[in-house]
Amino acid sequence: MAVSTWQPILAPVPDAAPTPAGLIALHPGYAPFAGATLAEDPAATPSNAALTASLRGLPAVDAVGVERRAAALASRSIKTTAKAQGISLAVSMIDLTTLEGSDTPGKVRSLCRKAVLPDPADPALGPVAAVCVYPDLVATAVTALAGSPVHVASVATAFPAGRASLRVRCADTADALAAGATEIDMVIDRGAFLAGDYATVAAHIAEVKRLCGGVHLKVILETGELATYDNVRRAAWLSMLAGADVIKTSTGKVAPAATLPVTLVMLEAVRDYHALTGRRVGVKAAGGIRTTKDALRYLVLVNEIAGPDWLTPAGFRFGASALLNDLLMQRRRLTLGSYVSPRDVSVD
Amino acid sequence: MTSGPTTALFDYAPAPEAIGIAPIANSYDLFIGGQFVPPVAGGRLATVNPATEQILTEVGLADAADVDRAVKAARRAQEGWARMRGRDRGKLLFRIARLMAERSRELAVLETLDNGKPIRESRDVDIPLACAHVFYHAGWADKLGYAGLGANPRPLGVAAQVIPWNFPLLMLAWKIAPALATGNTVVLKPAETTPLTALRFAEICQQADLPPGVVNILTGGPQTGAALISHPGIDKVAFTGSTEVGRSIQRTLAGRVPVTLELGGKGANIIFEDAPIDQAVEGIVEGIFFNQGAVCCAGSRLLVAEPIVEVVVEALQRRLATLRLGDPMDKNTDIGAINSPDQLARITSLVAAGVAEGAACWTSPAPLPERGYWCAPTVFTGVHQTHRIAREEIFGPVLSVLTFRTPAEALAKANDTTYGLAAGVWTEKGSRILAIAEGLHAGVVWANTYNRFDPSSPFGGVKESGYGREGGPQGLAGYVHAD
Repeated sequence: MAVSTWQPILAPVPDAAPTPAGLIALHPGYAPFAGATLAEDPAATPSNAALTASLRGLPAVDAVGVERRAAALASRSIKTTAKAQGISLAVSMIDLTTLEGSDTPGKVRSLCRKAVLPDPADPALGPVAAVCVYPDLVATAVTALAGSPVHVASVATAFPAGRASLRVRCADTADALAAGATEIDMVIDRGAFLAGDYATVAAHIAEVKRLCGGVHLKVILETGELATYDNVRRAAWLSMLAGADVIKTSTGKVAPAATLPVTLVMLEAVRDYHALTGRRVGVKAAGGIRTTKDALRYLVLVNEIAGPDWLTPAGFRFGASALLNDLLMQRRRLTLGSYVSPRDVSVD
Repeated sequence: MTSGPTTALFDYAPAPEAIGIAPIANSYDLFIGGQFVPPVAGGRLATVNPATEQILTEVGLADAADVDRAVKAARRAQEGWARMRGRDRGKLLFRIARLMAERSRELAVLETLDNGKPIRESRDVDIPLACAHVFYHAGWADKLGYAGLGANPRPLGVAAQVIPWNFPLLMLAWKIAPALATGNTVVLKPAETTPLTALRFAEICQQADLPPGVVNILTGGPQTGAALISHPGIDKVAFTGSTEVGRSIQRTLAGRVPVTLELGGKGANIIFEDAPIDQAVEGIVEGIFFNQGAVCCAGSRLLVAEPIVEVVVEALQRRLATLRLGDPMDKNTDIGAINSPDQLARITSLVAAGVAEGAACWTSPAPLPERGYWCAPTVFTGVHQTHRIAREEIFGPVLSVLTFRTPAEALAKANDTTYGLAAGVWTEKGSRILAIAEGLHAGVVWANTYNRFDPSSPFGGVKESGYGREGGPQGLAGYVHAD
């Protein structure tokens, strides 16, 4: 039987990266997003009417299609070496989080210890990307993590509802920064967003970003309250325009929190924004991600939607607490060849 | 995929499906009258794994004498089968459907070995849909009086059924399930290159205690098919395949028995300016690269509104570069092998014609395995209505991109084909979906999706894409006397 003789007729043409000008010419809705962020250039803030026109000019999201695509990617089979790579990658992307009314300095200190060395039996693993706490516990975390590469992330801006004046939201942020937070997780004003007041949402983000300066700003869209994928896409673009370094799905206090399709829409947004501006914005999926299987599905999504360049702790984060232990147990299973019990890993 | 240093961070390891679940015998006989019997003349036919070019096994090559035996066996069984109470026929069909579902992994592995399609597709699409068709029609068996086909629809008798290689078990289910539900018995010929799941289905019929002769499976080549449809003892012909063969069947039968034909297509996938672009790109990929483009309803002509053609083509190329081509048994493979060297040659010659006619050719950068029959996903831009690649069915992973300016022009170009099987419309505007669907000459129109199937939804074509419907109550109509 003849060996296949099929050859490409022409050599594959490498993709010419589209220029921002080219993209805008093709899709004028992108124009306001291409320049400096609003945090960098407050004078550039467009009117609410202009913002509305731009956001509504973004291509629509078809809910059935996006859920189907997410389900298809979730069926990828990640085994053996790929699973081992995925697990260590996921560990390095975790924002180990405790956001409870009952948080104490003791709880935060043990979480910090876990963040630096997740598994004492496996010193090659870790540390995680950051520890995420409320502003009043930032100082405790900063002390506990001194000398380690682990970031201290603080939620701020009247987390989780954000229902406070800009003055209070900024004061909350300033407290966290003063205590030494190196990353800020802010919430957007969902009420303003749903009322169509995009300018207010953008102005708040820009104001908080100016306060943060070089400190990484993660903007929480709380997609469970935005409800539609079109809203998620618009909120993502609005946040990036305002100056977000990372866009984050959820506070973890509202169900549904992170889902694969929502994260997919956000990954498309950072990919397209990067093509337009050259600025790489990260994505953080937070809330409800508890198992290794879930985490690997998110990594597949990052890999195939945004691309491998986002497979770093700067490009993608997990906001989670229970996930870490499942990753540790799965990693031990790969090394030992047998399942381990939850008793074999520390609580936090 | 290896495209940069960072990919090494997360490289999907091979994830092959275990093939041990689907043992293959050294040789298979014909299934006639409930028994596996050797062909009268002893002819044999090899079947090959298109991904490796290795011979999987050999099957019987049925000739006219075998056809005669099979038709007689079906005839003997038919009266008893038709007289059986509907609920008992239904019970047997439900039993077959359950056995198919129970053995779905085995059937999926076998389908992928024999056809070359990715295991992801046989596992998630072919086999579940095939089961769904049998389940659906099992439910009709005792409710035929309510199908809108008269109070007591009577079966036609013995149905001769000839199916293609692109969806071997699914096409079998589309043919056999409605025939059996309505009280017909069948003689089915699977495609020459993909006989294995049909033979496994024959084993399932035995396992289910289906009365002997109700289902007969004759493996073989084109002569087998020709002998079957020209046999004087048949009462119905159902064929899925090329328009050329469909024409010759019609000539042979000349109105002697009822015929349903499901033939070729050149589906238009229409993308309007306000379409959800990312999902439309997925729809384009599913439309033309699903099953390596070997789908009669494939969206092989992409009609894009002129203002967004560059955005769409750019996004499409980026997406195609992430498709994983290779070992069909790997659970992460998106694009498998082409079923046969003949088909590959046909695709290659049409691609060459496209280049010669001046269309711009882009192929996915995926490296092709050394052995087996492979074709990289290919996109032609700058295609015009007069190009052969815009008119002829390629039946491969080759997309022709055309543009339009107005909805009227989109419709005119979409309908400018001899075929009329399927089309897709992508727009956020509901009223436009309805208006365009109304104007399209196609048996199936998908809105904001593509290549979605359901047993309750009739499938079939107009113009040279054939006639008759499969699925839904409309599909039952092809197997009963119209009173």
